[in-house]
Amino acid sequence: MKKQDVPQDHDMNEGVKEIAYAVDRDGRYVKVQSLGWEAKNAANAQAWEQIEAGVAEVIQKIASGARSPLAYHMAVNLMDPGLLASYAGISRWRVGRHLKPGGFDKMKPEMRRRYADIFGISTEQLGLVPESDFKSGFDSELKSEHKSGYEPNREKRR
Amino acid sequence: MKDIQIPFQHQQSAHCETGVLSNLLSHHGLKISEAMIFGIGSGLFFGYFPFIRLNNLPLSAFRISTGGIMNRAIKRLGVGMQWEKFKRPDAAMTALDRKLEENLPVGCRTGAYWLSYFPRRYRFHFNMHNLVVFGRNNGNYLISDPVFPDPVECPAESLIKARFARGPMPPKGRMYTISQMPEEPDLRRAAIKGIKEVCRTMLKAPVPLIGVWGIRYLAKKVEQWPGKLGEEKAALHLGHVIRMQEEIGTGGAGFRFIYGAFLQEAADLFEDDRFHDFSERMTAVGDHWRDFALIGSRICKGRASDAENYGVMADILRECAGLEEGLLKDLYKAVKQLKS
Repeated sequence: MKKQDVPQDHDMNEGVKEIAYAVDRDGRYVKVQSLGWEAKNAANAQAWEQIEAGVAEVIQKIASGARSPLAYHMAVNLMDPGLLASYAGISRWRVGRHLKPGGFDKMKPEMRRRYADIFGISTEQLGLVPESDFKSGFDSELKSEHKSGYEPNREKRR
Repeated sequence: MKDIQIPFQHQQSAHCETGVLSNLLSHHGLKISEAMIFGIGSGLFFGYFPFIRLNNLPLSAFRISTGGIMNRAIKRLGVGMQWEKFKRPDAAMTALDRKLEENLPVGCRTGAYWLSYFPRRYRFHFNMHNLVVFGRNNGNYLISDPVFPDPVECPAESLIKARFARGPMPPKGRMYTISQMPEEPDLRRAAIKGIKEVCRTMLKAPVPLIGVWGIRYLAKKVEQWPGKLGEEKAALHLGHVIRMQEEIGTGGAGFRFIYGAFLQEAADLFEDDRFHDFSERMTAVGDHWRDFALIGSRICKGRASDAENYGVMADILRECAGLEEGLLKDLYKAVKQLKS
């Protein structure tokens, strides 16, 4: 790749310049800052479309009573039950129960607190799910900073 | 807690692992480029592992295993590195603070997901990121993340979460500092070792999933995708390869351009003009990989012309494999003649 051909396709980098290696006029390799490249923007966009579609599906399932709000927060944080279980320090099976409305309602406040801390939200927010216009909900989710208060030092208790 | 700022020179790099090591070594007085570390650490690789799944998609890798470049590079350069890992986050943070108070910049393995300064679209549960902590300011940590243009500040909570990310290959608070520098590092010898290993892995891997045969294996798979998986899933598989090739801080073309830069530096190091030729050939290979990504991304978006299909993609891959094979064979021959 020639130095003058280093693409500057602004999108997923949000203005953060990254390094591309390219050859200058004298044939020497130089590090060039790049705002991104359309090919990789497209591949990244594809991955996020998959995630968004997955979240939309989960919201549907919550509305129909097949899943609890925990499923939404799990999906929006790109987790699966196994990963969430390892963050919460409980078994995957218990996470599975909390993903169902019945199990979610029976959860103790301490458990709610633990999940809320993982996602960086309040325990009230843990019960909330955007209704239909999920895309905008996700966008604000995309912009929000992670809140503090999480203590990941709970080793698995056996 | 009092504020600390170690005078640390931040140099932006393409890749986190090589960038961190280059910056740390420079801090301790050995000016060495990212590309040189990548070459000495035998970074160049290809592997396609259909049975290892990331987000349900098969893994393709363009560099050797996590931490592998750093480990090889420090060993070959004779650098002493002290590693620590932790069970408890408070212990991990106390240890970090103590190192900072000793005026030592600290390398950390982290997950990418919880780092608040990452653009959202890069934040996946990916546990192989590296960065350097070089100070503390008002409860925030000063971080030299080599893939970012400038040093950043990161809230302590966010750094704790990142250091104790869960999932595959959890970092477990791993941190490292340089404990010993070599008196006179033998770059020549280290580079020769690095090149030889790359040639061996790429040309003579015992399984056909790795090296140039891995590329050919991927080519075969690519051809089969649309028929086997249907258009939609085939596009997902393709997009995943492109992301591994371009997104995860590769400097372009799945590390082929960085390796080109290394070969150019090697030409000066060995005072051997053949390596300039090798470097140019590596650049040409990289340009082929870029074509693969560009055409592939058009297929993913459904904007490909008739001439751009999976068959053509497979042909580009075979071309890449052929070019890499020829180049690495010549390189192996040349490097075996060099005296270290």
